[in-house]
Amino acid sequence: MSLHASTAAEIGRGLRAKKYSSVEVTKHFLGRIERANPGLNAFVTVTAERALADARRADATLARGVGGPLTGVPVVHKDIFCTSGILTSCGSRILSNFVAPYDATVVERLDAAGMVLLGKTNMDEFAMGSSNETSYYGPVKNPWDTARVPGGSSGGSAAAVAARIVPVATGTDTGGSIRQPGALTGLTGFKPTYGRVSRYGMIAFASSLDQAGVLAQSAEDAALVLGAMAGFDPRDSTSVDAPVPDYAKGLDRPVKGLRIGIIREFFGEGLEAGTGAAVRAAIEAFRKEGATVSELSLPNLPLSVPTYYVVAPAECSSNLSRFDGVRFGHRCQDPKDLLDLYKRTRGEGFGAEVKRRIMTGTYVLSAGYYDAYYLKAQKVRSLINADFKRAFGEVDVLMGPTAPTPAFAIGAKTDDPILMYLNDIYTIGANLAGLPAVSVPCGLVDGLPVGLQVIGPHFSEERLFATAHAWQRATDWHRRIPAAYA
Amino acid sequence: MATGWETVIGLEIHAQLATRSKIFSGSATAYGGAPNAQANLVDLGYPGVLPVLNREAVRMAVKFGLAIGASVARRSVFARKNYFYPDLPKGYQISQYELPVVAKGAVEILLEDGARKTVGVTRAHLEEDAGKSLHEGLGRMSGIDLNRAGTPLLEIVSEPDMRSAREAVAYMKKIHTLVRYLEICDGNMQEGSFRCDANVSVRPKGAREYGTRCEIKNLNSFRFVERAINHEVERQVELIDGGGKVVQETRLYDPGRDETRSMRSKEEANDYRYFPDPDLLPLALDDAFIEGVRKSLPELPDAKAARFAKEHGLSDYDAGVLTASREMAAYYESVVAAAGGEPKLAANWVMGELSGFLNRDGLEIGGSRVTASALAGLLRRLVDGTVSGKLAKDVFEAMWAEGKDADAIIEAKGLKQITDTGAIEKAIADVMAANPRQLADYRSGKDKLFGFFVGQVMKATAGKANPAQVNDLLKRMLAGP
Repeated sequence: MSLHASTAAEIGRGLRAKKYSSVEVTKHFLGRIERANPGLNAFVTVTAERALADARRADATLARGVGGPLTGVPVVHKDIFCTSGILTSCGSRILSNFVAPYDATVVERLDAAGMVLLGKTNMDEFAMGSSNETSYYGPVKNPWDTARVPGGSSGGSAAAVAARIVPVATGTDTGGSIRQPGALTGLTGFKPTYGRVSRYGMIAFASSLDQAGVLAQSAEDAALVLGAMAGFDPRDSTSVDAPVPDYAKGLDRPVKGLRIGIIREFFGEGLEAGTGAAVRAAIEAFRKEGATVSELSLPNLPLSVPTYYVVAPAECSSNLSRFDGVRFGHRCQDPKDLLDLYKRTRGEGFGAEVKRRIMTGTYVLSAGYYDAYYLKAQKVRSLINADFKRAFGEVDVLMGPTAPTPAFAIGAKTDDPILMYLNDIYTIGANLAGLPAVSVPCGLVDGLPVGLQVIGPHFSEERLFATAHAWQRATDWHRRIPAAYA
Repeated sequence: MATGWETVIGLEIHAQLATRSKIFSGSATAYGGAPNAQANLVDLGYPGVLPVLNREAVRMAVKFGLAIGASVARRSVFARKNYFYPDLPKGYQISQYELPVVAKGAVEILLEDGARKTVGVTRAHLEEDAGKSLHEGLGRMSGIDLNRAGTPLLEIVSEPDMRSAREAVAYMKKIHTLVRYLEICDGNMQEGSFRCDANVSVRPKGAREYGTRCEIKNLNSFRFVERAINHEVERQVELIDGGGKVVQETRLYDPGRDETRSMRSKEEANDYRYFPDPDLLPLALDDAFIEGVRKSLPELPDAKAARFAKEHGLSDYDAGVLTASREMAAYYESVVAAAGGEPKLAANWVMGELSGFLNRDGLEIGGSRVTASALAGLLRRLVDGTVSGKLAKDVFEAMWAEGKDADAIIEAKGLKQITDTGAIEKAIADVMAANPRQLADYRSGKDKLFGFFVGQVMKATAGKANPAQVNDLLKRMLAGP
């Protein structure tokens, strides 16, 4: 098997078996990036020199025989994670000159695990988007069909792993930004429980929803990388102080006896037929393996999208206030006074979708509207939470589609924000409730991947990994590579 | 102020908490560093950074809550107050809004007529201070110093319970005393550690409705509070008497011109768009924590004053003065203990001579040149008659200047009181012999000359003769054999 068709776990094993060095692996992937990236636009920054230095250090560690499963394995970070000394743009013009002075906790931890940093990936501006078309650096192309979107907002990470120009990538998921691009590019996209991974150094979009995770070729890869990045961080008050299980160790837990709930509300209008069929077939396969399957209703779940589009913009309108041209980032030319500085800096620095959300968020928090929008949304949020809680009293995991359709054409939905927002209709619920969820590839519709979403109770990561892994032992959808990148 | 009007005042006091580090970051809070030397990435509001609450700041807020008999919230929430300003790096201030950590307390103030009045404290909440904008010496530019950004503040909001500028000052002084007793704020008003905004309105006497209020910002001395309120009341009354209406607005007191001027009207006021800060979990306090804080409370000024009044027989006023600062009270108590009693004498000396010299030299009591035990030594000599009251003041002055104890000064200067009857009799006899005409006049009925003889005897003994003995002996000897 060629190197780039190998999973991160396999590369790690190969490195420890001295089949190749990390420098060789790194050069191989840097070469692939150089050739393929111009067509994909998956990267904002390629850190070749840094990568080779990391690789040499990893090789030294491996030579001493003390490397771990990820030592010397290349990785890329979504450009939302601060990386010391490296441009951290968040896909925005306003940060297009921002070289972060520190490392995010996620970056620090994967660095400590010995991973090699190949670069920073393109993304929707400030993670606001479902198609990677809102980036200041231009849209990312889906390797399965470069006329189509890779999903978003972690579209650069998804495209890079799908094209196997990197073995594994980090992403962030506020309303589906790991799972939806994972589904649209045939990857395993894992979003852990809110609080499982530190948000320190991850540029905030909607703080109560943002969570870092992994875009990987397999459940095993996602388990290894998440295990390395998760855990309590005293610098993030919302990170949870609980031990991190060895996710990779629990992968082989059988699915026999697993109680699966099908979310009725996820199979209604708007779900593309081929996607629905693939997802149902996958669930049926689990039943045949000894899982029990029942249909459940989460009656408040259809309110997820409107709830999300109040809560997330509200938080973002405040989170993005710090981008004012005073201390870092883009500043307009020759401001004539303070107000002019603010207006032009932000007017020039932010794109249309970000502005739309700042305005929406400012509106819903305004005096006289707060109760009708923000407060009501918070109430609905707790109802959605309660729906999930009730469901997990009856079943171990919930299953359904990740996205309503396979990848759509670039430009198809850019004129209609509501249509675009409905892409996240199945993923947002897990964010509102802070639940862990994973998307695994479960078929191809007209040559385009579709994803099965598995949602679990808080801190049920091990169960989700085992469920995804069982599926991947029985199928090979996750090993399919778009022909042009095979 | 014009009769027929009643003033209504509420104060919002900002007390900087005396933590070593900031409320949401590890930066130092020390005052006066080079601009931005004490601002880390969190204080600068860099992308990706997050706030982590300083436990010590919470402890201090709880201490205050317990000291004013307030309810301490088992669950309180940090909220974001959103507005744009260059000295507010994140574009929002982290504060507490709907659920503050402290609610519904009260303090008692002593009015000039000796009556006591209770002033309600609506709430006290934790928040971060902003930085400072610097406009001088930078040409057309403005500078930003974020050293102060993130310094913990306790905002103490009173009920509109005060009815005069004097009452407002008495309340502010009371809170000032309290926060220093609790050692949660250094109370330094010049450096802005303790400052207040005043909400002022007037209404016809007997009216039930409040008048329209104005908020006067950033008053950083007791004197300014009093003057600003009095000016504002005058302005409002004149406005209404002239047929105008008070407009709700924020006004700034200009101490240079001694006037308030409009800063922004209600219409121009920001919509702060408060909402719970998703970066911070609700602050949950359990009983064990609160009880632990309660146990750490010192004796509070009111309790101390009551004890001084009861056990030492001091007047309420004196007890109040002596307990205005914890250090003053401790000094006074040390004097009483070392002198072996005499609380009233000790009180008079601490409030009189000692305070006078401290004021003269601009010293706090901690910097006093006469220690409590040294003062007690002087009082002992006063009580046992070694020195007279008048000479004791000279001894004190010498102690202050030379840093020696009372006995050394008395010895060195030969100020020891003469109580030997024989010596005094001899001095009287000499005075009588030297002034035969006055003696004759006295004996023929000019009683007023008694004072003349006292003066002569004291002069002859360089003031050292015991005055009571001089009196007795003079009366007897002047009367003649």
